[in-house]
Amino acid sequence: MLKTFAKGGIHPPENKYSANQPIVSIVPPDTVTIPVTQHIGAPSKVIVNKGDAVKAGQVIAQSEGFISTNIHASVSGKVVKVDSIVDSSGYKRPAVFIKVEGDEWLEGIDTSDALNENISVSDEEIIPKILEAGIVGMGGATFPSHVKLSVPRGKNAEFLVINGVECEPYLTADHQLMMEKGKELITGIQILMRGLRVKNAYVGIENNKKDAIKHLTVLAANHQGIEIVPLQVKYPQGGEKQLIKAILNREVPSGGLPIDVGAVVFNVGTTFAVYEAIQKNKPLIERVLTVTGKSVTKKGNYKVRTGTPMKHVIDAAGGLPEDTGKVISGGPMMGKALNSLEVPVIKGTSGILIIPDEEAHRKPVQPCIRCTKCVQVCPMGLEPYLLQVLSEKSMLERAENEYIMDCIECGSCSYTCPSNRPLLDYIRLGKQQVGKLIRSRKQ
Amino acid sequence: MDKLLSVAPSPHLKSSTGVPGLMFGVVIAMMPVLVLSVIFYGLGAIVVTATAVASCVLFEAIIQKYVLRHKITVSDGSAVVTGILLAFNIPSDLPVFMIILGSLVSIGVGKLTFGGIGNNPFNPALVGRVFLLVSFPVDMTTYPNPTGLNASLAESYIDASSGATPLTLIKEGIKAGKPVSELMTQVPDYADLFFGDMGGSMGEIAGIAIVIGFLYMLVRKIITWHVPVVIVSTIFAFTGILWLINPEQNADPLFHILTGGVLLGAVYMATDYVTSPMTIKGQVIFAVGIAIITVVIRVYGAYPEGISFAILIMNAFVPLINRYVKPKRFGEQLSNG
Ligand code: SF4
Ligand code: SF4
Repeated sequence: MLKTFAKGGIHPPENKYSANQPIVSIVPPDTVTIPVTQHIGAPSKVIVNKGDAVKAGQVIAQSEGFISTNIHASVSGKVVKVDSIVDSSGYKRPAVFIKVEGDEWLEGIDTSDALNENISVSDEEIIPKILEAGIVGMGGATFPSHVKLSVPRGKNAEFLVINGVECEPYLTADHQLMMEKGKELITGIQILMRGLRVKNAYVGIENNKKDAIKHLTVLAANHQGIEIVPLQVKYPQGGEKQLIKAILNREVPSGGLPIDVGAVVFNVGTTFAVYEAIQKNKPLIERVLTVTGKSVTKKGNYKVRTGTPMKHVIDAAGGLPEDTGKVISGGPMMGKALNSLEVPVIKGTSGILIIPDEEAHRKPVQPCIRCTKCVQVCPMGLEPYLLQVLSEKSMLERAENEYIMDCIECGSCSYTCPSNRPLLDYIRLGKQQVGKLIRSRKQ
Repeated sequence: MDKLLSVAPSPHLKSSTGVPGLMFGVVIAMMPVLVLSVIFYGLGAIVVTATAVASCVLFEAIIQKYVLRHKITVSDGSAVVTGILLAFNIPSDLPVFMIILGSLVSIGVGKLTFGGIGNNPFNPALVGRVFLLVSFPVDMTTYPNPTGLNASLAESYIDASSGATPLTLIKEGIKAGKPVSELMTQVPDYADLFFGDMGGSMGEIAGIAIVIGFLYMLVRKIITWHVPVVIVSTIFAFTGILWLINPEQNADPLFHILTGGVLLGAVYMATDYVTSPMTIKGQVIFAVGIAIITVVIRVYGAYPEGISFAILIMNAFVPLINRYVKPKRFGEQLSNG
């Protein structure tokens, strides 16, 4: 029996159409739009002005405070303006517009594909270099990586956990990265182990990617302390808490972080970025993402510079299908529906999913029949039907006592509900309000 | 962009199982019971079931349209389930007007007065059944003897010869002071009880068919095993203890389980979504409660079977159970190591 997390979970259809499609680089567009907030935490401070010439890899916005990071130009060219745009979160954010001229990279960056397994930096240099390179969690959470690596006083990191689960249906970018960049990933893992000073790393991969499990197991065999852990296929196994439970059988306490149980989790995309930052001196300015959907002509895995408008990426994948009803940044379970295709790709964009019109609309909501299915599938042990009612009625104290803040917004409840109830919509709202309440109490 | 994109929030996927699908699954799970009832009781079983289903569906539609002026929701299939369940809970020679009345009470009082599907605290079919039991005690407690498939409608329905159920026989006998060993010679043996060859309401006779329906619902993930298994095993344990203490005063546990609708109640009625608890822990408490009340009614109470009342009583406790029995939260207890 393969390992998995204990509580809840669902098995949506996988639809991994673009599996095993080789990674293809997309030529940068004429203009890129690079938001200065691509991460959780403080916005970075813009340090370029209109008219400045920049090279690919040059810092254009600097980390402000501990939970923040650097933003780099992803192309060479001229800064045409610094203005606000609507990004994939739907909020207005400042962004740097760069008109592309040529493809000139900053000196010292190794842009070749040559493998470099020889780690020459000292352990102490690792965290500063990762901050310097602007690396954030690339699975979608976009939490700055140097913060995760800086274990707070009183806590102890025992294990590095690498997330190669890719439990979202449709997405295949991490899978393809594991197939094409296996050796680089192993080096990245070794760097992270040194940065954290841990002896053991576990790479969790779901069993629908048998080739990746096999490939990495062979590569890891020569390296002490790196173990590949095949997992049962179950959503949301890529959630940090679920992954730690599955691999280590430890439960992150309610309200706590993985480090509370000695674990630090990195996604494979992030691990590859760490490899490039340390071994190639290359900041995080491009990433692999999946462009997919039933009607997309060239479903595949593409390497894209940050700041590239979604439209440009979709055009490279054969253009927006006629029957499009919804365009999602990320996967179908947790991704964000876009209202404009001018929104740029950022560090956390794991995919672009295009859903045909006939599947883009919700079914009519019916009364709750108390079937308990939402309770059964909730991976956090919550009662979504109840949280929905409490949120709707703004019964915030009660919602808090029912652990609404533990909801990881995985969407399993809404997916499952036979009455098509918009459970997560209300729970999100409730979380926002309860969050406000908690903050107001602290003041 | 000339086309408007949908921006509804995640999740963007939806499972295909809806309420009608689930209810249809329950209906399929009840088919083996219906088939066996027809084999034993002939056409009467069909008359009763058809009447109950048709009147439940019609009453729901009529009340929603003309009284509540509300959208008609019969297409969700829940009224069909209620109708079949009601039919399973009554003798297969019950007069049509009583069935219609029972359906009206099930749907009108048991379901719609509380706000329709999802809001009714009590199992509607049982509300109808108890109403009939109180209003027509004689008709409701004399069950036709099995006539078989070849009997005419007249024989199987209109003037079917009737008698008491095995459970009633034993209960009356014990009250009269006869030892159980002697009484047991008057009732069908266990194989007949399990395969349905006995007097009883349509649904209570066919142990084997109910077990098939149960397995079907498990495989289709319509219900979990907890409620039925806990009810049956608790009744078995409880009556087993009584039997070991005094085998001449108490029927044996197997007899208790195979008679008086225990299987029917445990599989189809105590598992009703709306009227059972929301957590597994809560469901176990609910099931143990049903089992204990059933045995207490059987051994000490006035009615022989007991499970219908036990389910209704525990239905009343469901809101309380839901309020205080919570799932085990992720990260609530540290299970490190
Ligand atoms: S979205 Fe929240 S409430 Fe719903 S299943 Fe996931 S964790 Fe549970
Ligand atoms: S899944 Fe939907 S219908 Fe079932 S209990 Fe939850 S909210 Fe109610």
